[in-house]
Amino acid sequence: MSAHAATAHGHATHEHHDLGFLRTYVFSTDHKMIAKQFLFMGLFMFVIGGLLALLVRWQLAWPETPVPGLAGILTETGGVLEPSQYNMAFTMHATIMVFFVIMPILAGAFGNFCIPLMIGARDMAFPTLNMLSFWTTFTAGLVMLAGFFVPGGHAAAGWTSYAPLSSVVQYTGVNWGQNIWCISLFTMGIGSMMGSINYITTVINMRAPGMSLFRMPLVVWSLFITAILLLLALPVLTSGVAMLLFDRWLGTSWFLPSGGGEPLLWQHLFWYFGHPEVYILILPAMGIASEILPVFSRKPIFGYHAMAFSMIAIAFLSWIVYGHHMFVSGMNPALGMAFMVTTMIIAVPSAIKTFNWLGTLWGGRIQFTVPMLNALAFVSMFVIGGLSGIFMASTPVDIYIQDTYFIVAHIHYVVFGGSIFGAFAAIYFWFPKMFGRLTNTALGHLHFWPSFVFFNLTFFPMHIIGVGGQMRRIYNPLQYEFLQHQQHWNVIITIGAIGLGISQIPFIVNFFWSMVAGKPAPLNPWNSTTLEWTAASPPPHLNWGPTLPTVYRGPYEYSVPEESADFSPQTQPPRAVAGARRH
Amino acid sequence: MSAATHATHAVEPAETPLTPESWGKLGMWIFLAGDAVGFGTLLAGYGIMRASSADWPDPYAALGINLTALMTFLLICSSVTMVKALEWLGKGDKRRAINYLLFTALGGTIFVSLQAYEWTHLIHRGLLINGNPWGAALFGTSFFLVTGFHGLHVTGGVIYLLSMVRWILNRPDPAASYNAVEIAGLYWHFVDLVWIMVFTFMYLL
Repeated sequence: MSAHAATAHGHATHEHHDLGFLRTYVFSTDHKMIAKQFLFMGLFMFVIGGLLALLVRWQLAWPETPVPGLAGILTETGGVLEPSQYNMAFTMHATIMVFFVIMPILAGAFGNFCIPLMIGARDMAFPTLNMLSFWTTFTAGLVMLAGFFVPGGHAAAGWTSYAPLSSVVQYTGVNWGQNIWCISLFTMGIGSMMGSINYITTVINMRAPGMSLFRMPLVVWSLFITAILLLLALPVLTSGVAMLLFDRWLGTSWFLPSGGGEPLLWQHLFWYFGHPEVYILILPAMGIASEILPVFSRKPIFGYHAMAFSMIAIAFLSWIVYGHHMFVSGMNPALGMAFMVTTMIIAVPSAIKTFNWLGTLWGGRIQFTVPMLNALAFVSMFVIGGLSGIFMASTPVDIYIQDTYFIVAHIHYVVFGGSIFGAFAAIYFWFPKMFGRLTNTALGHLHFWPSFVFFNLTFFPMHIIGVGGQMRRIYNPLQYEFLQHQQHWNVIITIGAIGLGISQIPFIVNFFWSMVAGKPAPLNPWNSTTLEWTAASPPPHLNWGPTLPTVYRGPYEYSVPEESADFSPQTQPPRAVAGARRH
Repeated sequence: MSAATHATHAVEPAETPLTPESWGKLGMWIFLAGDAVGFGTLLAGYGIMRASSADWPDPYAALGINLTALMTFLLICSSVTMVKALEWLGKGDKRRAINYLLFTALGGTIFVSLQAYEWTHLIHRGLLINGNPWGAALFGTSFFLVTGFHGLHVTGGVIYLLSMVRWILNRPDPAASYNAVEIAGLYWHFVDLVWIMVFTFMYLL
């Protein structure tokens, strides 16, 4: 940092250089390091969650045959998955993927990385709280993993942990596993609250001069709205799991009819949290796609304001649609109708976003880079997942496909096809800024294309077997005569899933190889306009030099006719009329 | 680090911050919003279970409200002393500000002590977390869960207030601690407000 630095920053930077290994890499308060910590944690859990999915798939394709490589662990059965272990596998697959993969990567890693850099702040508003947020979430993750090693196995009541299945030990035979599930999610709830306090305060208070709300990149908008949803949704789950723990430990009966309680109360609490949670998982990916599509189409985003307002509309509507998860749980038909209508209405802002992405691509000079391919996969897969969602919104259809593989297909098109491809896009896109090195393009293609093909091979046939009647969470489809004729689909799906797993190897190789040996990244490898590309690669502690960047224009000024370059960074002052604004 | 960051945002310009005086104030408001959702969930669960119960005991008879009314009065008074503490700090009188903060903390301590007494008394009369002699078991469950959660907030608040006393003592200039005490006040008033809700819904109605 130059000697002209304002005293305050100069002082802080100087302090930073004296920090030891522990304060720089472990208990760091730097938002970029915390982002990396969240990213590593999420990717590690991604491997575990993926392997659990493969266990489930093996059992469904070749029921009650030994799982390769598991003979040494499941010695009693010679590698065959028992029903209780199968229940544990699908429960923990979903729990880990939702709470410890997608949330840490999208909200944790990219929330931390993007927000301060893209609004021109030096760090989060509360750096220490930020550090605590990561370590609380990390502890929650460790506790969750510890559940695999307790007697009786891990939680096995599904990721939704419907009571009373989850509240009476005898129903699943799981005692400590379910307790640990509750404790871990309680802890995670606290960590995520710290994170959301930081994100919201930072976005509201710490935008650099000129960075008005409607000059913020859409990914910041999406993370901001996600943080609000986290703040107002997670405490419901936190209180809910506390009540569940009371039922399990202290003999209370919130969710037990025998003691005057009500199982439906758990479902209401869970889905009142659970539906906003779905948008917590997808909104950041929407923001990421809105960021990447304009860069590689060399065009401004189509309908910037509509994009921001549609995200606000989605967030608002997400509170009043949650009942659509409970159409068959027992509900007043009038209320069911209301939830059906609101659910269909939420398709409107989602469609606005989709058409705006298409409008952005229309007539653009599209560059098929690896982040762009992943972002395009996000858009197309999200459309499929979104459309199957409208099927389910309709109560009569939902009664038929409720709890079938059609639902499994839908959720995976949204959270894998949507959120995970969004996460891949974000990792490839911001990797040069995060680690200061470029990723390998060939390996990137080797990761993307097989992933995309195997993804569809895995999840598309689930629509077919779902309509064919296969229920979710069943141990052995062959036990049902009416499912036997479609067993070949289960085999195809599992082959797809194994392929999808293997396709991630180039990604892991690429990620770690590029981190240490990739080509050094230039300041702005994608010729992008947003603020983070004006910082060094990787940005130093406190991000900017002596003065904060000043913002003169909106975030998507590509191919502006009167400019010579095909992109105008947000920090570039207007040429002709002073004060001319353009979004 | 926190001091450095504090200095950083104190000197640097930002586009239309909502709370330019400190980031912490907005942070506290946001925390309170989330915390309110947590309390709201418990109270909603309580309300739903009570509405659908056939044998919910009469809370007025089962719990008694004389002692609780005193506790409520005490907590409201402690909010007043909190306001006075901030007022004196604003006028630059550190000694009076600290005294009023200590009064506030004392109010909170007596409140929690009375709550402990009340719980003991009720437990002796048979009100348990998973059952009671008067009717629905969830009556006791919700009572202990909600008042317990609130009691934890008061206990945390007392510790928070005492740390504010230390905060003021460590800073020669009273103006330097005004903002931090104001933020602590937000928390304390919130805890007070939640108690009014709890008192209304669990004792009076």
